[in-house]
Amino acid sequence: MNLHDDDFELFGLEKQFAQDRAAVDARWKDLQREAHPDKFAAQGPAAQRIAMQWSVRINEAYQRLKDPIKRAAYLCELEGFAINAHSNTAMPSAFLMQQMEWREALDDARGLEPLEELSDMVEHSREQLLHHCAVQLDEQHDYAAAVGLVRILMFIEKFSHDLNQRLDQFA
Amino acid sequence: MALLQISEPGQSPNPHQRRIAVGIDLGTTHSLVASVRNGVAECLPDGQGRVILPSVVRYLDAQRRQIGFEALENQVNDPGNTIASVKRLMGRGLRDVAQSEKLPYALVDEPGMVKVRTIAGDKSPVEVSGEILATLRFRAEDTFNDDIFGAVITVPAYFDDAQRQATKDAAQLAGLNVLRLINEPTAAAIAYGLDNASEGVYAVYDLGGGTFDISILRLSAGVFEVLAAGGDSALGGDDYDRALADWLLAESGLKIDSMEDQARLLAHARACKEALSSEEIVTAEVELSTGAIDLSLNREQFEAATAALTARTLQAVKKALRDAKMGKEDIKGVVMVGGSTRMPQVRRAVGAFFGQEPLINLNPDEVVALGAAIQANQLAGNNPDGDLLLLDVIPLSLGIETMGGLVERIVPRNQTIPTAMAQDFTTYKDGQTALALHVVQGERDLVADCRSLARFELRGIPPMAAGVARIRVTFTVDADGLLNVGAKEQVSGVEARIDVKPSYGLSDDQIAQMLRDSFSTAQQDMQARALVEARVDADRLLLATRSALAVDGALLDAAERAEIDAAMAASEASLSSLDAAHIEAVSKALGQATEAFAAARMNHSIAQALAGKNIANI
Repeated sequence: MNLHDDDFELFGLEKQFAQDRAAVDARWKDLQREAHPDKFAAQGPAAQRIAMQWSVRINEAYQRLKDPIKRAAYLCELEGFAINAHSNTAMPSAFLMQQMEWREALDDARGLEPLEELSDMVEHSREQLLHHCAVQLDEQHDYAAAVGLVRILMFIEKFSHDLNQRLDQFA
Repeated sequence: MALLQISEPGQSPNPHQRRIAVGIDLGTTHSLVASVRNGVAECLPDGQGRVILPSVVRYLDAQRRQIGFEALENQVNDPGNTIASVKRLMGRGLRDVAQSEKLPYALVDEPGMVKVRTIAGDKSPVEVSGEILATLRFRAEDTFNDDIFGAVITVPAYFDDAQRQATKDAAQLAGLNVLRLINEPTAAAIAYGLDNASEGVYAVYDLGGGTFDISILRLSAGVFEVLAAGGDSALGGDDYDRALADWLLAESGLKIDSMEDQARLLAHARACKEALSSEEIVTAEVELSTGAIDLSLNREQFEAATAALTARTLQAVKKALRDAKMGKEDIKGVVMVGGSTRMPQVRRAVGAFFGQEPLINLNPDEVVALGAAIQANQLAGNNPDGDLLLLDVIPLSLGIETMGGLVERIVPRNQTIPTAMAQDFTTYKDGQTALALHVVQGERDLVADCRSLARFELRGIPPMAAGVARIRVTFTVDADGLLNVGAKEQVSGVEARIDVKPSYGLSDDQIAQMLRDSFSTAQQDMQARALVEARVDADRLLLATRSALAVDGALLDAAERAEIDAAMAASEASLSSLDAAHIEAVSKALGQATEAFAAARMNHSIAQALAGKNIANI
């Protein structure tokens, strides 16, 4: 066991996309129970520093493992397929068309109802893509295809963020 | 004044001795100190049986000061030298302090943090808070007739880095060993959850004298996991007082033209507010220099005058629920904390929002200090079987300024701490050899709308074409929620690092100076104190090492063991020395000798935690 193990090894989980969220949460708490700096508060600065390193590492892994998009991206990267979200923005044209439609719908939406409708649509699309992602990663092992899906999911996430900000105004 | 206990030369303190650990709620209006005694957390009373210490400090002259009730009594006579609600000034510049013109004392603009102009000179809010903390420390030392091993101090969850650092500095000034800063709602949840054996998702609504916090937590088997924290670090009971004072002025048509009037009116507005929690109608009678106010005031009028404030708290509650990805229906209980939740309109509004009666079975004034005491007891190692675990979050996003005055977020809000996150940046000019970094905290996209925490420069980047350098900026947030920033150019390895402190906080030199000047600590023999502290620290490390060896000694080979044993023997021998620096140096050497052992133990215990799980799963 060391700090440079991958997230799955650290959490003792199968290296695959499909994960039980409750199990990930439970492992996270088990590990923090051992490593959290609070457990070493009375043991001097060296123990504190090491606990801090471990605790940070465990939280970092948890952030990636619990979030399906981050988890998918991480699996691709472990297999040597970089996401390069910033430099590679090529997208399938059908998806770009859909994005434009969504953006227009968001700009035109007046009131809560159309926003919620849009939100449901986006959520549905997200779930479908995550399902595809699971198939590519866990069954087909086609990481290049998964990278494409992850990029699309990242776009959707950004859109959801903007949509949620609009929804916030009605909360 | 407690006498400092210094053990006889050669006699090391009893290793089985319980360590005195306290929890301190450093509040806007009042502060409390609590400790676990015989397994039960309780607030410690002063000599007259009062657990509350008003957070008020009055400077009488360069030497003398009054703290607590005495100061409070003189607030109206001597408003300019009587500092109340100093928590609102912690880590704040003049432009951050809302309605500073309405404060009954004068503020001085200083870079980073304001000061208060008093008869005893300009006082930093850190010094004023330090006086309050020192008073509580003495109270605890008197109670136990012993030194305090360490303290957990609570801060509003919504406090930013500057406010947290200022609080930690104040504790240092008061001679307290800070075991941890924890968030007030989390402390309340500990006291509440452990008392009620609760499981599930809870909301803690904490409306204090000057701050409002809302936290959404999941409680399960001793784990307190904060899902989201939100609030407003400048909204509290004080604002209800001011709103009521404004209403009284508007109704009476009078004006305020002196600090005395301001203090008198505010004190009276507060009395009316408190009375209206149990009465339907009160009479407001105040003599001001510009005339007299004599008005009858009922609860509806008070509620109407302050409805906007209550509504603001509910906005923050909604945001926290969204951040936690929880609906109102997911909330199993709403715990009310803070004296301001005594106001009936607040209880009613919160109850209506969540569709359930809020929980008020714990004293809202004491619950935060009690929770902090429970955590302090565990951190001090008094409760080795305790399984309390706090997984708290950072309340406000952290980022750096990029081109065009925009914020690039590096650590998003509600990230579990401790955490470290990095982002790569590059140069934008050919041959650029330095990069200025401006660290900010807040949710807005423009730097101007966020809190500026620090500026520093990464210098000595070898000249390269624009866009070639890879500068990795790493933000590390520790378990206290305090930030440290590092920048490293990946190609050349050039590095810069900053504890996010000097730009707004106090330098170590300033703290040392304040310590020398401080009345509270100058009363003690500083050298004796330093010696005791060095011995306590050295002893703490010896104890920790001994217990670590007892558990995991098998992880060491003979040579490693011999090295540690030698360092321990040296440290033990140094305890009888009268030279604090010598004890510290020897203890530091022990710390270094055990570093590899500590790392091995950690690997071992993590591996064990996993092994246990894996077997259970097979």
